Amino acid sequence: MPQIETFYDVMRRQGITRRSFMKYCSLTAAALGLGPAFVPKIAHAMETKPRTPVIWVHGLECTCCSESFIRSAHPLAKDVVLSMISLDYDDTLMAAAGHAAEAALADTIEKYKGNYILAVEGNPPLNEDGMFCIIGGRPFVEQLREAAQHAKAIISWGACASYGCVQAAAPNPTRATPVHKVITDKPIIKVPGCPPIAEVMTGVITYMLTFDRLPELDRQGRPAMFYSQRIHDKCYRRPHFDAGQFVEEWDDDYARKGYCLYKMGCKGPTTYNACSTVRWNEGVSFPIQSGHGCIGCSEDGFWDQGGFYDRLTTIKQFGVEATADQVGFATVGVVGAGIAAHVAASALKRAQKKSQDAAQHEKTEA
Amino acid sequence: MTDTKINIHQPNPEAPTPLEAARLTGGARPEDIESLRLQAAVYVYEAPVRMWHWLNAAAITVLIVTGYLIASPPPTMEIAEATDQFVFGYIRFAHFAAGMVLTVAFLGRIWWAFIGNRHSRQMFYVPVWNPRWWRELFFELRWYVFLEKEPKKYIGHNPLAHAAMFTFITLGMTFMIVTGFALYAEGTGQGSVPDLMFGWVLEMAGNSMRLHTLHHLGMWAITLFAIIHIYAAIREDIMSRQSMITTIISGWRTFKDDRVE
Repeated sequence: MPQIETFYDVMRRQGITRRSFMKYCSLTAAALGLGPAFVPKIAHAMETKPRTPVIWVHGLECTCCSESFIRSAHPLAKDVVLSMISLDYDDTLMAAAGHAAEAALADTIEKYKGNYILAVEGNPPLNEDGMFCIIGGRPFVEQLREAAQHAKAIISWGACASYGCVQAAAPNPTRATPVHKVITDKPIIKVPGCPPIAEVMTGVITYMLTFDRLPELDRQGRPAMFYSQRIHDKCYRRPHFDAGQFVEEWDDDYARKGYCLYKMGCKGPTTYNACSTVRWNEGVSFPIQSGHGCIGCSEDGFWDQGGFYDRLTTIKQFGVEATADQVGFATVGVVGAGIAAHVAASALKRAQKKSQDAAQHEKTEA
Repeated sequence: MTDTKINIHQPNPEAPTPLEAARLTGGARPEDIESLRLQAAVYVYEAPVRMWHWLNAAAITVLIVTGYLIASPPPTMEIAEATDQFVFGYIRFAHFAAGMVLTVAFLGRIWWAFIGNRHSRQMFYVPVWNPRWWRELFFELRWYVFLEKEPKKYIGHNPLAHAAMFTFITLGMTFMIVTGFALYAEGTGQGSVPDLMFGWVLEMAGNSMRLHTLHHLGMWAITLFAIIHIYAAIREDIMSRQSMITTIISGWRTFKDDRVE
C-alpha cells in the first residue's frame, strides 16, 4: 500500500492545533455516544492510521447529501473531514473531469482492492437498462456494480440510496432502486435523511476509521447511535404532546406558544433520526424548533405516506384515496344502514310469519 | 353418529337423528343431545370464557375510544402548565393499559381452550375441511337473507358466527396485539423486551407510519365486528330458537322448542 498521510498529519498540515484536534476527538466521542475513555483511542487512531480511501459515487440524486456533508458543523469539518478520508473519487467535488476522472476511479479500485469504502449518494434507476442515469457514458448501475465489487463496505448516503426517496415514489417511472436491493453481497450502512445530518455523516465515518468496523446497526441497517430513537422521543415539545396541547392552525396562538405539532401532521412520532438531539447547522435548530412539523424524510417511502400536513395519512388501495378514518366511517355507515334495513325486514318477516301461523292455527281449530 | 353408546330416550324411534347439523359440524356430542332431551338446556360457556368475553368487551371499548382519540386528539386544553397537565398522556396510558389487559386475557383464553370444554376451542379453528360445515354456513347465510323460514338449533356458535369469530377475534385481535405491541415497542426503545419480541413487525411494515395506518384500519375492522356481533346476538336472541344473550351471562343455552333440528 502506498504511503498515505494520517488524519493527524493532514490536520497539522492545515494549521490545526493539537488542542483543537483533541477537542474534535472528544466531541466526536460524545456524538457517537462513547465514554471519555474513547477520546484517546480516537486520537490515537487518527494519529496513526492511514486515511481510508473512499470512492463517492452519485446516482439519481439532488446532491443535498454532499451539501450537508461539507457543512458539517464541527469547526474542523470542512477541512478535516474531507481530508480524513482519502476521497479519491467524487465526480461532484473532484477537480478532474471527464476521462481523467473516470481513470481515477479505475485506478483507485485497482490500487485499494478490498480496502476502500464505497459511499453511494443517490440510487440507480433500473428501467431501460439504467438509461435514466448516465455517468461517463455508461449507466450508473454499471459503475455502482463495478465499484461495489471490491469495496470493503458501502455507505448509503441519504434517503435516495437507503430507500429510494422522491425518484422512487409511486409510480417510480425509472424504477429507481435503493442500493441494498442492487448490491446484496456487501455490508451496507444506511444513513437516511433528505439530507442526513452532517454530523451524523461524519460521525459514521469517524467511527469506522477509529474502530475499523461498522457501527452497530439497527434492524433496518442504520447506525443505532443516530437512528435508534424517534424525533418524538427526544423532542423538546414532547411535554405539550403529553399534556394534550396542540397547534390547531398554523397561525393560532398555540403555534406562537410552541405547542406540539402533532395535529399539523408532524411525522416526529414515526421518524427515526437524530434531528431533535444533534439538530442542524451547528446545532442551531431543527424543523420542529422552527415551528414546522417533521416530514419524516429519513423513513422508507416517505413520499408515499400521504400529505406532510395530515395526521392520518391517506391509503390508496383499490383506486380510492382516503384516510383510515374515512374508510372506517364509510364502512360503519354502510353496515349501520344495512343493519337498519335488516331489522326492518326481520320485523316484517316475523309479523308475516305470525299472521300466517295464526291463520294456520285458526284453520286447524276450525 | 357411530360412537353413540349412550341410551338416549327417543320418544319416536322413527324420528330423525337429532341436531344433525350441529353434530356433523362438531358442535354437539351424544351427551349434549341427552342433556338437551332431559332439560332442554346445555352448559356451553364456562365461567372463564364468560369472564373473558366481558373483560374483552370492556377492553375493546376502551381501546377503540382511546385509539380513535390518539389518532384524532381532543381540542387543545390549557388546564395548567404542560408540566402539570397530562391529558393526552392519560389517554395513551388508558390505551396501553387496556391493551395489556386484553393481551393477558387473550393468553388466558388460549390457555383455557386447552383445558376447557369443547366450546372453548371452537373459536380457534374453522373446520374448512368439513363439507357439511360449509353447507351449514350457506344455510345460515340464507337464513340471514330471509331465504330460510326457520333457523336451525346450535349449541355453540352457528357456522356463520363461528367464521366471523375466528376472523375478527382470533385473527383480528392477534393482528391488533402484534401491531399494537410493535408500536408500543417504538416508545420503549430498541433493545427493550417489547422491541425484542415485536420489533420485527415494524421492519416488515417498512415504516412506522404504515404500521400506524394498519393498526388504525384494524380498529375499524374490530368496530365493524362489534356492531354486527351485537346486532346478530340481539336478533338471534329474539328470532332464533335458542338463547343468546343470557347464554353469555349464565353459560346455559336454552331452547325454545323441542323439535330435534
